[in-house]
Amino acid sequence: MKHEIPGTVVFDGALAQRGLALNKMCFSFNDAENRAAFLRDEDGYCDKYGLTAEQRAAVKHRNVLEMIAAGGNVYYLAKLAGIFGLNVQDLGAQQTGMTVEAFKAKLQSAGR
Amino acid sequence: MARIIGGVGTTHVPSIGSAIAKGLQQDPYWKPFFDGFAGVHKWLAAVKPDIAVVFYNDHGLNFFLDKMPTFAVGAAGEYKNADEGWGIPVSRPFPGDAAFSWHIIEQLIADEFDVTTCQDMLVDHAFTIPLALLWPGADNRPVRTIPIAINTVQHPLPSPARCYKLGQAVGRAIDSYQQDVNVLVLGTGGLSHQLDGKRAGFINKEFDLWCLDRLVSDPAALARFSTLKIVEEAGTQGVELLNWIAMRGALTGRVSKVHSNYHIPISNTASALLVLGNETQAELRKAS
Repeated sequence: MKHEIPGTVVFDGALAQRGLALNKMCFSFNDAENRAAFLRDEDGYCDKYGLTAEQRAAVKHRNVLEMIAAGGNVYYLAKLAGIFGLNVQDLGAQQTGMTVEAFKAKLQSAGR
Repeated sequence: MARIIGGVGTTHVPSIGSAIAKGLQQDPYWKPFFDGFAGVHKWLAAVKPDIAVVFYNDHGLNFFLDKMPTFAVGAAGEYKNADEGWGIPVSRPFPGDAAFSWHIIEQLIADEFDVTTCQDMLVDHAFTIPLALLWPGADNRPVRTIPIAINTVQHPLPSPARCYKLGQAVGRAIDSYQQDVNVLVLGTGGLSHQLDGKRAGFINKEFDLWCLDRLVSDPAALARFSTLKIVEEAGTQGVELLNWIAMRGALTGRVSKVHSNYHIPISNTASALLVLGNETQAELRKAS
């Protein structure tokens, strides 16, 4: 039986296979020249890595939950987010539909 | 003979690297975290490790999903850090000890742990930040290092029981090394946090504190969990607890708690520090 965890996507073989092109593109962003090339020509850069239509749309929408559904892994997606100057509180706020301030307050409250 | 002097578990949140670079250790947000390390610095000065064996997970700097080893052991004379894409400063290289690495690799494979061996291995923040916390100073490299990467990225991950046994096998390998060196074992990452999904921001203080307690006195209790149970209790990235479980497995003597700290939050993470002393079997025999 599959172990379901609410609000949680376990990055397994099926997702790793679905997400390979997107994650490979994000992996390339370890290199500053590649980050600059993406900013110069986003469509061309997505073409070069062969992103699926679903992945391209998710990237265009800057939507983390869509990227995860398309097989994106957050460790690689964080490199894409870095290009836009977004940190993991920004990503968390977007995914939970909260403001960044409310998300940070939620983190603080976990300590009490 | 090599002597395992103890183990340290510590969080490796990337923004710690930026905080160090900006000198924010006494800033109100960071102070409760950084102040926890004074106790470790004092202890390290007394126990004087020569070698640090570091269980950690790579976040997409050295390994990509095209080839993802479950367990990988560094066998290089030096380990370089590099740009990870989101702006934390790049560390200077860390010295390795290739002869000791190969001894561990030979013992592990004889022990049926068929690890990947890496003569060229970039180390990411999960390796560099814990070392920077233990030995502050950009040029401070007092120990030689042996990185051991555990896959915590792509499921199926190795089970907690398997990671515990890996740690035990590493501990036996260190114990059998014929050089007179003091060895510290690190496990990095965690504790509870989740970066992705609708449950992003999940933190579980009660579970973390239970783990910190069991890591001292009853690590086998952690090894009995399934990997997915740890994801459920500690979050998708809280599963980095596997590195801590391996570290604890490597402490083959009589273990006692030296120091600990726990603070929420650092970035999205419940930060933790645990310092464990290890009286080796040889020391215990001598004392009795």
